[in-house]
Amino acid sequence: MSAEVVAELDDLKVWFPVAGGAVRAVDGVSLRIHPGETLGLVGESGSGKSTTGLALLRLVDPTTGRVRVAGQDVTGWSRRRLRGVRRKVAMVFQDPQASLDPRHTVAASVAEPLVVHRLGGDADARRRRVAELLDLVGLRPELGGRHPHELSGGQRQRVGIARALAGEPDLIVLDEPIASLDLSVQAQIMNLLRRLQRELGLTYLFISHDLAAVEHMSDRVAVMYLGRIVETGSPAQLWQQPAHPYTAALLSAIPEADPAVERHRRRIILAGDIPSPVDPPSGCRFRTRCPSARPDCADTDPGLDPVTGDHRAACLYAGEAVREMRATPTP
Amino acid sequence: MTDRPVLAVEELTVTLGTRSGSARAVAGVDWSVHPGRTLALVGESGSGKTMSVLAATGLAPRTARVTGRVRLLGEELTALDPRRRRQLRGRHVGFVFQDPMTSLNPVLTVGRQVTEACEEHLGMSRRQARDRAVELLELVGIPSAARRVDDHPHQFSGGMRQRVVIAMALACDPALLIADEPTTALDVTTQAQIVELVAGLQRRLGTAVVWITHDLGVVAGVADTVAVMYGGRIVEQGPVDAVFAAPGHPYTRALLAARPRPGGAGDDLPAIPGAPPSPLELPAGCAFWPRCPVRGDARCEHELPPLTPVGPDHRVRSFYRTGEDR
Repeated sequence: MSAEVVAELDDLKVWFPVAGGAVRAVDGVSLRIHPGETLGLVGESGSGKSTTGLALLRLVDPTTGRVRVAGQDVTGWSRRRLRGVRRKVAMVFQDPQASLDPRHTVAASVAEPLVVHRLGGDADARRRRVAELLDLVGLRPELGGRHPHELSGGQRQRVGIARALAGEPDLIVLDEPIASLDLSVQAQIMNLLRRLQRELGLTYLFISHDLAAVEHMSDRVAVMYLGRIVETGSPAQLWQQPAHPYTAALLSAIPEADPAVERHRRRIILAGDIPSPVDPPSGCRFRTRCPSARPDCADTDPGLDPVTGDHRAACLYAGEAVREMRATPTP
Repeated sequence: MTDRPVLAVEELTVTLGTRSGSARAVAGVDWSVHPGRTLALVGESGSGKTMSVLAATGLAPRTARVTGRVRLLGEELTALDPRRRRQLRGRHVGFVFQDPMTSLNPVLTVGRQVTEACEEHLGMSRRQARDRAVELLELVGIPSAARRVDDHPHQFSGGMRQRVVIAMALACDPALLIADEPTTALDVTTQAQIVELVAGLQRRLGTAVVWITHDLGVVAGVADTVAVMYGGRIVEQGPVDAVFAAPGHPYTRALLAARPRPGGAGDDLPAIPGAPPSPLELPAGCAFWPRCPVRGDARCEHELPPLTPVGPDHRVRSFYRTGEDR
């Protein structure tokens, strides 16, 4: 499992200075992404999941820690030197409306990375490559002449994906790629992403707050809370036996499209809001909202320790705390 | 359910004049909501779910042409002059929108805003209004309400701001609460808090709720009755259990099937091809026809299917209905 790694973060910290301190957006994250897999990164706003994705592309600079891509430590690399690596790691953003230039035609938008990375040969070859990319993402060739505002949300996201594929990347960071799409279109895009992964052998970091989508898309999942990974494992491990109280609460909060289930379900409702990342709680960061917190949770910062096999959780009372929460009815 | 509906709309149609022509945003919609009950209006962008509610409460844009009948607590709103209509709405209807900051004034304290409407509609003094504000903030679960009443919106988190907006909506003790995607901008754990809050308040206060959402999970949790909208029309409506257990319209069925199921990873999702139609270019027949997995014949393309009963209070607008209620 540890043999091949497409990308790796090692004790990454990304702090943004503010008056009187720093926003610790990412505060000690280590993860490895293996070839051909989808690693799902879940968390709520302020958890640091998007910043983690940006750090992997070196679109934000690490405060401390290392970033390795394609076997090379790129942590201190200059923009210029990064250009070659950038081709290997692409990104798809949430809002295709915002990530596409409204003045460019679809074809011009898809051709742009080819020009930047000096791929695709002469103008003729480039045109053929653009047509091929549009076909790959399921867009009719005549859409190449349209502008973003003439497309539906789903079509725009397909253009975003075609752009990401242009540099023939190994890894694509997908940052909430379906969040702004209509429900009936989300499934189309998820199917497309999975087909492309099969056909092109792509590796994905799938960042999302939509837990059902993450479960569907991912081989492994990492749950983030306040700048840290609190639990990792397979979707089956996390969904069936979450070991961290935050994961359990998050899963219990997702409403299911079944009125009979909804009527009888017992939710673990967390009190309050996520604390400020400028001044995270001592010890376990989740303890201020954890229904099973104990006094020593304030003193010890738990590491991401094995529960079983490669299922890991950062909780001093992993497993036990969740059983306790589930046994106690919430008011 | 024998009691009078709080709000009932009949044959509601909204036409919007746009630069590219006239758009039929809502076409002949009927629904009603009773005291203590929740009607969920479900649909994707452009389905007309929000516009139908804005038009019903007299909040449609000026360029909109609204026809049909709207009764609020038995009074025909369309027959009233705008001033009286505004008064009735302000007194009896509370609104909660997706983004709390669109409802809150950043330069006023939350206390002032929560009771602004009461002062006008119930003739309260400043002193009474402030006490009422604290009471309302406590009701919606804001900790240390007596202290926070003098804070400004930016001093609250997203979830807490939405609580403030709910307090504001409930200030005049309304008969009806309109909640338009109130949890969409919130995190899932905060969403759970807000859903529980509204359900609890509804039980205590007997408020009727119209909940507009695209999230079928939320619908399953909050609704008593559901109306599924597509292309400006209701394509299916009925009791929540019947609609989820035996969805009769191909669109409802496709929508429910397209969501990843817990534990069902691996396979491709049964996606619906294409995209929801624009209100500017609706087909003459069934608006779902171009995307429909069942679509039978030219009839669907040219003829509008009527809303047809398939079970108790359960109606479906399709020539190809399935899943009659057991």
